[in-house]
Amino acid sequence: MIETNLLPPKFEAWFASRGWRPRAHQLALLEHGLAGRSVLLIAPTGAGKTLAGFLPSLVDLAARPKWKPGTRRRGVHTLYVSPLKALAVDIERNLETPVQGIGLDVAIETRTGDTSASRRQRQKLIPPDILLTTPEQLALLLAGRDAETFFEDVKTVILDELHALVTSKRGDLLALGLSRLRAIAPDIRAVGLSATVADPDELRAWLVPQAPREPLALSEIVTVTGGARPDIRIFEADEAIPWAGHSARYAYQGLLAEIDRHRMTLIFVNTRSQAEMVFSELWRLNDDNLPIALHHGSLDVGQRRKVEAAMADGRLRAVVATSTLDLGIDWGDIDLVIHVGAPKGASRLAQRVGRANHRMDEPSTALLVPANRFEVLECQAALDANYIGAQDTPPIRDGALDVLAQHVLGRAVAGPFRADDLHAEIVSAYSYRHLDRQQFDRVVDLVATGGYALRAYERYAKIKLTADGTWRLTHPRFAQAYRLNVGTIIESPMLKVRLGGKARGRGPVMGGRLLGEVEEYFCEQMKVGDTFLFAGEVLRFEGMRETEVVVSRARSSDPRIPVYAGGKFPLSTFLAAGVRKMLSDPSSWQRLPAPVRDWLMLQRDHSLLPQPDELLVETFPHRGRYFLVLYPFEGRLAHQTLGMLLTRRLERFGFKPLGFIATDYVIAVWCSSDVGGAIARRDLTLSRLLEPDMLGDDLEAWMAESYLLKRMFKACAMIAGLVEKNAIGAQKTGRQVTVSTDLIYDVLREHQPGHILLEAAWADASSGLLDLKRLSDMLSRISGRIVHKRLDRISPLAVPIMLEIGGERVAGEADEDVLRAAADDIIREAMA
Amino acid sequence: MTALRAGQGDDDVLTVGGLVNLNGAAVRFDASGVLHWPEERLLVVADLHLEKGSSQGKRGRFVPPYDTRATLRALSEAIGRLRPARVIALGDSFHDGGAEGRLAPADLDSLAVLVGAVDWTWVAGNHDPLPPAGLGGTPVTEIAIGPLVFRHEPRSGRAVGEVAGHLHPAAKVGRARSVRRRAFVSDGSRCLLPAFGAYTGGLNIMDAAFKGLFERSRLIAWMLSDGRVYPVRSAELLPD
Repeated sequence: MIETNLLPPKFEAWFASRGWRPRAHQLALLEHGLAGRSVLLIAPTGAGKTLAGFLPSLVDLAARPKWKPGTRRRGVHTLYVSPLKALAVDIERNLETPVQGIGLDVAIETRTGDTSASRRQRQKLIPPDILLTTPEQLALLLAGRDAETFFEDVKTVILDELHALVTSKRGDLLALGLSRLRAIAPDIRAVGLSATVADPDELRAWLVPQAPREPLALSEIVTVTGGARPDIRIFEADEAIPWAGHSARYAYQGLLAEIDRHRMTLIFVNTRSQAEMVFSELWRLNDDNLPIALHHGSLDVGQRRKVEAAMADGRLRAVVATSTLDLGIDWGDIDLVIHVGAPKGASRLAQRVGRANHRMDEPSTALLVPANRFEVLECQAALDANYIGAQDTPPIRDGALDVLAQHVLGRAVAGPFRADDLHAEIVSAYSYRHLDRQQFDRVVDLVATGGYALRAYERYAKIKLTADGTWRLTHPRFAQAYRLNVGTIIESPMLKVRLGGKARGRGPVMGGRLLGEVEEYFCEQMKVGDTFLFAGEVLRFEGMRETEVVVSRARSSDPRIPVYAGGKFPLSTFLAAGVRKMLSDPSSWQRLPAPVRDWLMLQRDHSLLPQPDELLVETFPHRGRYFLVLYPFEGRLAHQTLGMLLTRRLERFGFKPLGFIATDYVIAVWCSSDVGGAIARRDLTLSRLLEPDMLGDDLEAWMAESYLLKRMFKACAMIAGLVEKNAIGAQKTGRQVTVSTDLIYDVLREHQPGHILLEAAWADASSGLLDLKRLSDMLSRISGRIVHKRLDRISPLAVPIMLEIGGERVAGEADEDVLRAAADDIIREAMA
Repeated sequence: MTALRAGQGDDDVLTVGGLVNLNGAAVRFDASGVLHWPEERLLVVADLHLEKGSSQGKRGRFVPPYDTRATLRALSEAIGRLRPARVIALGDSFHDGGAEGRLAPADLDSLAVLVGAVDWTWVAGNHDPLPPAGLGGTPVTEIAIGPLVFRHEPRSGRAVGEVAGHLHPAAKVGRARSVRRRAFVSDGSRCLLPAFGAYTGGLNIMDAAFKGLFERSRLIAWMLSDGRVYPVRSAELLPD
């Protein structure tokens, strides 16, 4: 089936010299490659995916005659695109071994945001054979005037970690880039490298061009199964597992012992602040001074590189990390992966556990550390899922319109285009195959003049339809603006954190080392003297200098400003189903730690445990308030949306809701009137309260005044180039020249509610932040299957959420509360 | 007019009927952002910045060109509710010299209706030193009525009885979470109006630009939020 003689002797010799034989999937990829076919490789970590991806290119390049001076310079042969800069750098290093070992004359270079201007220039003049880059840099290269000559020789595009890219806006950017590349070099073949996914056919379709009104075209697929079953345990401590919270403090002593027993441990957490906390707590207990380091995306690049190098050299015993170390990167000799907090998704867990023992044939060892009791259930569900190889990657959605707008401008920056050609090119991309011509024309109009019914900007158009039927850029400054604003990653503005002296007299003393970056909103709440955890230290806030936060080392070990430590990823649908099933099946409880088992038994005796497809609703009074607690297990985002809608409805039904709180598992709403009694008297029916129609008018009304949509709109407006990313937040004067996107949003919603960017913001909010699909699936699933339990006090299952209740208030009221508290009562009373 | 002792000590912020005492004039800081002086049947509005949206277009920032429409709608609502005989537009009514020419025909009409219905005064601002050409109304650089004088840009130092705009005052309060809103700012002797235009941002009252303008101990920021006015004393105010 596979011809082994595809491999040139030089290559065979190299494999043999290392005592290796090429693996079956590497040869399969080589065969597809030499035949010019696009292919998707699905393989677990450690299967030699990278080499498999590059092997056909290396074989092809080895046969390519040497370039002779005086002849036309050849363009890039193979383009490699990865979601992470660090990954590109890592691949460059990893390819050196075979390239030198085989004795190939192949130039491999990276091009990322960190690449110097002179090197970029040189790359344009003398393109390397293999270029390693990111989706943003690809977009920039494609918008260059010389894009066609630069890319016309490309034979292969390798897309790494494809499963992680395709479900984001960066994936849309890449899909559009790929469609453009195909227009320049029609015979290009795409190679997708992916971890196991729920639906491989989606990725196969994503990799190849689609034709309108024809069945989906699919790439070839090579799947590597097997690998040793990972050895995953749930951490068991002598101490009781906490009811609520995210710190997992109970486990740290035991974790240190585990670190001590292994060569090198990788500790994953879900958020930056959690990483900081775990790191500092471990060091507080670390009497033996085991070398433990910290790695997360907000740290300064230099500091991160140091940690990575120390890992590779085996100088560390443990690293506490967030998702920056999540993808494919392969450093050092890790023999244990610890996951603090629940993994939130089975695929995520598989990916992270894959870090340990980066050789496929040895089992990975991993330890899950649930931070609270519900997380124990979730960890157990994840563990079950990992063994059965279940996957829960989200499906690929239709491509975003704001990213499309950016691409259209980029296309005009590269040179004049015809709308018909560009539309045909774009719909060949899988994620944009549904884009009809009318919608496309609206996007072009958005780019040209803002897409307004009131044609105010005709004379300032960025692109114009000219007499020869092409769209052209009207002024080079728009090309510059495009280059400055390319990309889809809109973070809240980041501020640099710099070590300085204590504030003296008029302001902080400057001049110290750069520690990293934090989100602007994090600093907004701080006063001089406040302390917080960052870069593994307790720092004292000394003040702001332009866009820098000046801090000093605090003497105390107790940071004053607490940080939200929950996960940023909601519980996956798949794990949620696992947790619900476990609750309803007492025979599965024996695998759970005793305190958790006891807890579930208490719940069974005092209240009840729902069947997997039922929704349990409990009502009970507590401290003069009436609580309504729901257990949908649908993840934080869907729960938050449901909480907002529920309070609105309860308000309308006259139950005076005072607030609600949502976690990944539970929603609690509290009211000042007896909602449980009303249900018992049939004055209120739960089926009416939870009718699927709540996603209609109630949702519309709430979204209209919600800040969520504003936030989404801001991102869309920036990505589409309506406002400039780099101009936002730069002005500090208040009477800004630029107009804030919040004001724009309000005005636009009132005067042109059908505007294409509002449509884009709504699509983003409903899929991302609100999880509407999941919520509506849930509402139909539980329809007719709601069980109500009226209690006279808190149930065991409700304890965790009751402990989480803090400052949460009914939506929209909170701002007014702040103002009411600050306002002068006496004047207000007199005015009333 | 009897001053009502509303606070402790010698605070005589309010007059009878919940009106605010501004240098002896009984005025209302309306939640819409206009100042209302019932006794004079006068409404004052600052910094409309009409056509600020379209002014961005030259730079390729195609912000929705509906700000004029939104601003005029809000102003016409306030005029309809408070029924003044006279309106003073306190300067920077137009964002730039070309703004009048960029008004959409429908917006031009509704502005003309507003101006024609009352005794309308255009105070000159730094964005619009010249009065609009074809809209009527009386252009002035400043105008005094009773104990108050109305001008665009506040004089430096104390200026008794001055009512001005220009600075776009906004205030920020709250410890655990902060809230920032447009605000009237007054120490009972002078008053700065918030900017009324739909696309106008705000400058924090704690900014250096406000230095020396007010007697801080008597300063109150009348913060506007969600159709309500919240009087906040200076001790509660935060810088940005």
